[in-house]
Amino acid sequence: MKCSEFLNELTNYLDGALDARTKTELDDHLAWCHNCYVVCDTTRKTIEIYRNSELYELPDDLRTRLRTAIMSKCSGHKKADPPSS
Amino acid sequence: MVRAVGKICIKLRMSTIQPNIEQPVSEEMQLVRRAKRGDDHAFEELVRRYDRNVFRIAQHITQNREDAEDVVQEAFLKAYSNLEKFQEQSKFYTWLVRIAVNEALMKLRRRKPERTVSLDEDVKTEDDSLPREVADWSPNPEQMYNQGELRDILTRTIQGLPAGFRTVFVLRDVEGLSTEETADALELSIPAVKSRLLRARLQLRERLNRFFQKKASGDGDQ
Repeated sequence: MKCSEFLNELTNYLDGALDARTKTELDDHLAWCHNCYVVCDTTRKTIEIYRNSELYELPDDLRTRLRTAIMSKCSGHKKADPPSS
Repeated sequence: MVRAVGKICIKLRMSTIQPNIEQPVSEEMQLVRRAKRGDDHAFEELVRRYDRNVFRIAQHITQNREDAEDVVQEAFLKAYSNLEKFQEQSKFYTWLVRIAVNEALMKLRRRKPERTVSLDEDVKTEDDSLPREVADWSPNPEQMYNQGELRDILTRTIQGLPAGFRTVFVLRDVEGLSTEETADALELSIPAVKSRLLRARLQLRERLNRFFQKKASGDGDQ
């Protein structure tokens, strides 16, 4: 397997979306190709870091304010345009 | 951890492969049906369930807090007023995400009219994501920085991705949607989602290299 072929399958490899035979081929490639091993490992870490990062969490006070505004607008929408029965 | 990522994806994928007819009506769908019958408490429960996710997605796409707040409100209001049109062929959440992404992209286009902003935008050449720098990272790279510094690095790095790549990465890897759900929410083909996801992941990795690679002799890296 060439490095470019490994790279093409990297997302499926990380997502566990490969059949057993292809996965074994990729595992074999990783066993001897240090560069692909590093790319694979650091890409996996990239995903984990973002997944655990809690960027852009919604603060409780803003959350309450937004929900109140949403439900108020929904209520207004219902009054303005009652659903036909 | 690779195993953990795989497990999550397989679980989500299995849930989308099964035909709807074999599944009991989910709690989410029960809330949707009650909301369709005019029960606003049920709709409010849907807001509670998904407001954090919609806010995160919106802020990732718009890169602006006020815009993200607007998107949250507009997306839920649009979902509310179009609930009758929701055919229940997908999860409500996937449908809501589709609405939110469209609202967020509209905001972004208004804010950056000089740039084409589209999920269809493709990026340069096939080589733009090929690894150029292969350096091993510190075993626990996120511990190299304090929380504020790390947040700043991650925010600036993901903001540098094209909107089409950023959106796929956020839905798939941050929010945990399956490939099929991401394709459904963005109205893209599955190969298109996979291609963008691979390139988004590799570009982020490349950009994070300079912050997270092992330091040779204890020198500052930045």
